[in-house]
Amino acid sequence: MSAPTFQPIPPRPAPTNTEGLLAWLRSNLFGDWKTASSTIILGGLLLWFVPQFLNWSLVSAVWAPDLKACRAAEGFGACWGVVAEKNRLIIFGRYPFEQQWRPLVATLLMLAMLVASCMRPFWKPWLAGAWLAVLVIFFVLMYGNTLGLAKVETDRWGGLPLTILLSALSIVMAFPIALVVALGRRSDLPAIRAFCTIYVELIRGVPLISVLFMASFMFPLFMPQGLTIDVLIRVLVGITLFAAAYLAEVIRGGLQAIPKGQIEAAATLGLSYWQTQRKIVLPQALAMVVPSIVNSFISIFKDTSLVSIVSLYELTGALDMAINADANWKPFKLQGYLFIALIYFIFCFSMSRYSQWVEKQVNISKQR
Amino acid sequence: MSEPIITFDKVNKWYGNNFHVLRDIDLKVARGERIVICGPSGSGKSTLIRCINRLEEHQQGRLLVDGVELADDVKAIDEVRKKVGMVFQQFNLFPHLTVLDNLTLSPMWVGKLPKKEAEEKAMQQLERVRIAEQASKYPLQLSGGQQQRVAIARALCLTPKIMLFDEPTSALDPEMIKEVLDVMIELAGQGITMVCVTHEMGFAKAVANRVIFMDQGQIVEQNNPHAFFKHPQNERSRDFLSKILGH
Repeated sequence: MSAPTFQPIPPRPAPTNTEGLLAWLRSNLFGDWKTASSTIILGGLLLWFVPQFLNWSLVSAVWAPDLKACRAAEGFGACWGVVAEKNRLIIFGRYPFEQQWRPLVATLLMLAMLVASCMRPFWKPWLAGAWLAVLVIFFVLMYGNTLGLAKVETDRWGGLPLTILLSALSIVMAFPIALVVALGRRSDLPAIRAFCTIYVELIRGVPLISVLFMASFMFPLFMPQGLTIDVLIRVLVGITLFAAAYLAEVIRGGLQAIPKGQIEAAATLGLSYWQTQRKIVLPQALAMVVPSIVNSFISIFKDTSLVSIVSLYELTGALDMAINADANWKPFKLQGYLFIALIYFIFCFSMSRYSQWVEKQVNISKQR
Repeated sequence: MSEPIITFDKVNKWYGNNFHVLRDIDLKVARGERIVICGPSGSGKSTLIRCINRLEEHQQGRLLVDGVELADDVKAIDEVRKKVGMVFQQFNLFPHLTVLDNLTLSPMWVGKLPKKEAEEKAMQQLERVRIAEQASKYPLQLSGGQQQRVAIARALCLTPKIMLFDEPTSALDPEMIKEVLDVMIELAGQGITMVCVTHEMGFAKAVANRVIFMDQGQIVEQNNPHAFFKHPQNERSRDFLSKILGH
């Protein structure tokens, strides 16, 4: 008798259809009576709410800066006229009105640079040089006092350009600081470890508002007479140090997830401490914490709105100032807030989408 | 006999204050010698070979590798690590780099080779472990046996004088052990000094010049594989062998 031969069973399709629209509806919206009833209730609420909102925000809304029409529409239609009337003040703050092309150009340049920095073909060494150039141009344009541009003191900078400047610079500066602090907290040298731990704990232990207060009001008291540092720079340093402490903890979380064997393998291959960190540890650690890093970036972006308490009128502060100063338009502040909320959302949502792309890129090596 | 390439002279090591993990280790390894270390878990065999490239430091005694004494001198440690390649139980490949980049990393950054040369050298080593066609894949896309062969090739890229193997087949599926052992046996035929912690007794019989049996941080017995497996002298080694070969 011959030995039995192995007979593979041919694959068969699944008994119920699991692909296509109908299958999707069945499994996601009408799976059983619980999901079906919540689908119906939520669908009903949407049907009731969405048309009302569209009516208020679009159909019955007043778009022209017409105060009378706005007053007449109050209660059933939005008054976007407030944005039409105050948009320059909201977006550029107290920057001299006739000079506002300067922050516009500077900001567009900075945004173009930010977008370019997010794209792979531009990840070349000259990118750093380009950044430096853009920053110089930004400051020359904004501050002036040269090339025939009138001087505009930094305390008159405001609105969206200030928001973007503060968040872009503090993110760019906080990131390397955070890397060093995160590595420092895991250092073998007790002094470095202690210093980094104290820094993180101190900064994390206080609210950003108090850091800004200290940067703005207390710091000058300790400076020698006659020496002053611009409030914008002090605030920038404050936000940077604050953001770096949080980022450092995020990065440390990633560092801890790297198995010891990776570092041992690097050591046996003769890599130095810095080579190991740069080539082996950080690429893996950062890839793991991309969502949290972007989370931190988004909070830095929104936290810049706190600088209005030290009299720097970034986007939120500029809106407050623009509308509070004008009793006629004050009743329509909500629409003003919705307008800047939209601006904030566009920026944050872009960051979030970008982070998803980055996640996909760094996880290529994990696909089997 | 020429001067040994590795010399342990009354080496002692402790973890913390009370765990005496290596006790009075005396061991000389000759150039080109192939040694298999075996023993129960916790006997100190991994610690012993990890001392050879200073992944662990010893606290007492002297340890010389190819004429360089291992102590706190960082330069000496770097010098020794250039001469010693290591293969780990868990492969420890860098998952974010392709197979080829895993191999060229050290030659390019430590050996300062130009990229092209490093890649040529890496491809030679990949051919040697018969896995050249996977060069552009990422480690996690390979099977365990393939990963371990890549790890061996990576260690060989440094053209080491000594290869350390720390249980290279213990994390592998049974069907993949052979492909790794075959590569190691081939390597053994090429005159490189090998120190292997392994329980693959077939491998020990096939290639080892000497088998060392350790227990509780001590070298209990050492002999050529034929004598060790046929007539273990010590009661402890007899007991160990009866447990691992006894079915």
